[in-house]
Amino acid sequence: MHELGITQNIVAIVAEHAQGTKVKRVILEIGKLSAVLPDAIQFCFDICSQGTILQGAILEILEIPGLARCRQCGAEILLEQPFGICHCGSKQLGLIAGEELKIKEIEIEEVCV
Amino acid sequence: MCVTCGCSDDGKATMTHPETGEVVAIDSQVNTHVHSHTHTLPDGTVMAHSHSHDTITEASHIHAKVHSTTISLEQDILAKNNLIAAQNRGWFKGRNILTLNLMSSPGSGKTTFLTKTINDLKHQLSISVIEGDQETSNDAEKIKETGCKVVQINTGTGCHLDAAMVERGLQQLKPPLNSVVMIENVGNLVCPALFDLGEYAKVVILSVTEGDDKPIKYPHMFQKSEIMVLTKIDLLPYVQFDIQRCIEYAQQVNPQIRIFQVSALTGTGLENWYEWLAQKVADFV
Repeated sequence: MHELGITQNIVAIVAEHAQGTKVKRVILEIGKLSAVLPDAIQFCFDICSQGTILQGAILEILEIPGLARCRQCGAEILLEQPFGICHCGSKQLGLIAGEELKIKEIEIEEVCV
Repeated sequence: MCVTCGCSDDGKATMTHPETGEVVAIDSQVNTHVHSHTHTLPDGTVMAHSHSHDTITEASHIHAKVHSTTISLEQDILAKNNLIAAQNRGWFKGRNILTLNLMSSPGSGKTTFLTKTINDLKHQLSISVIEGDQETSNDAEKIKETGCKVVQINTGTGCHLDAAMVERGLQQLKPPLNSVVMIENVGNLVCPALFDLGEYAKVVILSVTEGDDKPIKYPHMFQKSEIMVLTKIDLLPYVQFDIQRCIEYAQQVNPQIRIFQVSALTGTGLENWYEWLAQKVADFV
């Protein structure tokens, strides 16, 4: 549900950086533990970009897997949810990847004369 | 020869001094004049520009094309919210205000828990409240009856409070120095977890009439909360709710979470919550 508001943020940030130039492509990084659904963002993007310089732009979403480091033994563990248990039995995990929610890059049209 | 004006572009023009017979090449003089013309792009944009003779080459005449430029942004989508949240946090710190963000699903008893807390502590603590709901000011009315300062924020279609709403709410609320601000977030176990408001700590409230597996079903909320308040425990005899299992799930998601089991109706267990709150206020304020 919060994806709509987040997508509005994405459109606003990209429009600000594109400074009036038509945007062709937007590349996002969304972590698998970020509580944001890529499919929902994709769905909202078409709606939110209507009538803006992002209209018709391709949205690419790179999903970043969840990764944590065990605070007891230091092992790195892949996570599907934002919690888990290390092989050593510890639940004390520090997330090191998977919570990303960022605009990686944008591709804009530029008329070169 | 130049197709625009017929001038010689490679005519090796020279100038001869009539007296000395010295011959000087004058190509550079001829070629300094410029030609202007326009291009119409596929989308209808008309570009007018000019270039000198020196630059008329194959390469420069296949110009006026649409190119793509990639801009690396690496920008956090929630950066703006997080910045305002950081400003709010500084605002609270500078005024010695302890702020808690209360979150739960709708109907867990947040408002009842909050009014009970305010009524029991109003002679010890100065508490003011920011109420967040999609519609109505019903909750603000209930809080107002306790006599404390309150401001209602209606999010409309929004499913959570954000830092900018709290910032505006604070301007209206004007909480006193050395006090406590309780932010009652919109009833929702998902979205509010994502949005930092600048609070000191997040408190998740779970009632025993909901499922005991809520902590692992909505892990983000329980992971980001420092405190879990299990409410309506007076109803335990009538509902199928395994407290021990619920606590295990909560600790699985967040091993550091502190849990209070309370009934806002009978007052059971509230003293532990009040003690924690008083201790935090003493540390903070």
